[in-house]
Amino acid sequence: MKPGHKFLFGAVLIVGSVSLLMFQGVKETGVYFLTPTELASKTSADPTFHNVGVKMGARVVPGSVHRDAATQTVDFQVTDGAKVYPVTYRGIVPDTFTDASDIEVVVEGRLGTDGVFHATDVLAKCGSRYEAVPKA
Amino acid sequence: MTLLGQFALWVALLIGSFGAILSFSGRWQDRPDLERVVIRSVYAVAAAMLVASISLWKGLFAHDFNIEYVAAYTSRNLPTYYIVSAFWAGQKGSLLFWAVVLSCFASVAQLLTSRRYADLLPYVAGVTSTVVVFFISVMLFSANPFQRLGFTPEDGRGLNPQLQNVGMVMHPPMLYLGYISITIPFAFAVAALLRRQMGSGWIVAIRKWTLVSWVFLSIGIVLGMWWAYVELGWGGYWAWDPVENASLLPWLTMTAFLHSVMIQEKRGMLKRWNVALIIATFLLSIFGTFITRSGVIASVHSFTQSNVGYFFLAFLLTAGILSFTLLYTRWPSLEPEAKLESMLSREAAFLFNNLALVGIAFSVLWGTLFPILSEAVRGTKITVGPPFFNRVNVPLGLFLLALTGIGPLIAWRKASARNLQRQFTFPVGFGLLVAAGLLIDGMRDFYVILAIALGAFVLGTVLQEFFRGVRARRRMHGESVPAALFNLIARNRRRYGGYVVHVGILMMFVAFTGMAFRVDKEATLKPGESVTMKSPYGGTYKLTHLGVSQYNALNRVVSAAAVQVELDGKPMGVMKSEKRQHVDSFGRPTFEPSTEVAIQSGLREDLYIVYAGSVDGTEEAVYRFTINPLVWWVWYGGIVLVLGGILTMWPGGGGIAETRRTQAGYEATLIGAEAV
Repeated sequence: MKPGHKFLFGAVLIVGSVSLLMFQGVKETGVYFLTPTELASKTSADPTFHNVGVKMGARVVPGSVHRDAATQTVDFQVTDGAKVYPVTYRGIVPDTFTDASDIEVVVEGRLGTDGVFHATDVLAKCGSRYEAVPKA
Repeated sequence: MTLLGQFALWVALLIGSFGAILSFSGRWQDRPDLERVVIRSVYAVAAAMLVASISLWKGLFAHDFNIEYVAAYTSRNLPTYYIVSAFWAGQKGSLLFWAVVLSCFASVAQLLTSRRYADLLPYVAGVTSTVVVFFISVMLFSANPFQRLGFTPEDGRGLNPQLQNVGMVMHPPMLYLGYISITIPFAFAVAALLRRQMGSGWIVAIRKWTLVSWVFLSIGIVLGMWWAYVELGWGGYWAWDPVENASLLPWLTMTAFLHSVMIQEKRGMLKRWNVALIIATFLLSIFGTFITRSGVIASVHSFTQSNVGYFFLAFLLTAGILSFTLLYTRWPSLEPEAKLESMLSREAAFLFNNLALVGIAFSVLWGTLFPILSEAVRGTKITVGPPFFNRVNVPLGLFLLALTGIGPLIAWRKASARNLQRQFTFPVGFGLLVAAGLLIDGMRDFYVILAIALGAFVLGTVLQEFFRGVRARRRMHGESVPAALFNLIARNRRRYGGYVVHVGILMMFVAFTGMAFRVDKEATLKPGESVTMKSPYGGTYKLTHLGVSQYNALNRVVSAAAVQVELDGKPMGVMKSEKRQHVDSFGRPTFEPSTEVAIQSGLREDLYIVYAGSVDGTEEAVYRFTINPLVWWVWYGGIVLVLGGILTMWPGGGGIAETRRTQAGYEATLIGAEAV
């Protein structure tokens, strides 16, 4: 075999293993990112979907946040305007998580058969994070 | 002042457009007077951009809250150094920062470029001016930093508390300097293609500027990691967030280029690949700017959505199509001068290094864009997170780490068995010894053992190189050890600077393994209560909550929670973590409350305390305690990496002729070493 061919063989090996790693990585670690409406239609079409971990992007319903500091539990509701889900989360929420105004959150976890979303992670993104015009 | 700033932007737009059009028309090629006009237009644009920047800074310092940007990012009680950094804290200001820095870089590049490549400069000017004009257009037509409000607020909103951090004063400009300076090597590459000058000389100018942006980008990335660790409070320094990935992408392709360019200089191979890498690096830097600003991919770091994204997308596509078309039309003239002779050669090692780096870049890009791709193809958004990136990149990264040791020592063209034995016996032995030590110590994590053993192998190769170099100098010139070491590095800056960079890299790789052993604990404690935690090294921490105190500081109300730390009964001091509510000069709250973490750093591990709040306003506090092993080594590794980079590009170390000479000198040292 010529060195050029050998190198080609090595290159194909590398490119192949990168592709394989990526393909498997997506298959095994990929997580659905859904809106509450999409989650509702998925679970009603296929009840086993309750067991699948998903991320849900929505807005917090203003005034719905209840914190229990002693057990470190936070309960709140999220909505995309059409469908509302109650969420329960145990742990420390980020600073940007408040129910003052329409903040966007991404909750990761599963939708229980009780209709409550059990979150394992809460990410909050304040819409005005970097760009905000002061209200006079 | 805004009027002047606005005017300066328009002047720069007109002169820049004129210069770019004249440059690409090619009319200057036999008209020295027109050539001078093109060159001078670059200086004129830089001057106008400086005027615009000074007027924005004047507005910021004068607290002219009638300017929307000033009102949105500063307040009367903001410390002076944060007013300086407010310049680039927001979308609009950072666009101005980008444009002014690029125009200054373009001027410096013209001044520093030697006469040998002077005939490339008018085209270089054309490319840089086009990019500057693009940024000015975005400002004038979509995001004007000089926009006035219809009224004058009595105070501004102030700077986002998470940006009120020393690291954050330096992190964005460093990152921007890295991103921005990539335009210069890109411009030289395009100019060389346009002029059909495919000799090896122009690659020198490109390489030096690439090194400059590589160093800036490295500093920016490491500072960003530090900022995330200190300020974001989740306990880590790298989350594979889209914005972090965006800064890593051009760094990876640039690193690949800095290696493969050596093959082109030595052997005249890989010319097409190198040009493609430079183009890709430039496009990725624009892509990074695009995803931070467009809001197409959700990220904690991103600016809010705005139509600025469309400008960037259009620019990205146009620049990509034009530059790859140009490369395609010059394809035949970039014929390689040599062929690969053996798999056991430095050429082959560097080729694999490039494949691995580009492979990592591709997988990072893929993972970052996956939500969009999956939505477009399959109709559902699927996201991938850290597990995906770690899974793909840990094996690739370790492969790369191994090549870091092999590449610099293996012979060019074809390595003989003798070469392999002479160069690798000690480093491989050292690596195996370390692996055995870890196994005996009870370590069972495969990747951790592999990473540390490969790190030891690379360290072995570097030490061996320094040792042999010093010994040869001592023998030939009779120098003392420190003098020999100094001269060795000073005369071969590129070579030994590169080794120092490799040491920085291996320190970071070893430090990354520490994260596999982090320990987390959340607890709600009344004053006087304590909790214990076991360190991965075996010690036991006892953490006692002392109480919460409240006080007013300059521009914030602070609640500080104090924790007394003991390690195996030995007092380690009191650590204070804070919740801060920032206020404006009238005492009204601005922004959401922010957390200030407490960190006690050591060579072995960091203790990291987050005070998450109190229970119903009492002194009962909610904490998260984390033990992060080896984090300090990430920062030390970063410092070593940057120092190595600076050493490599320090002027006077040698152009291409010098490189050849030192290579020859190296052969001599090898013969000297062999004689033992």
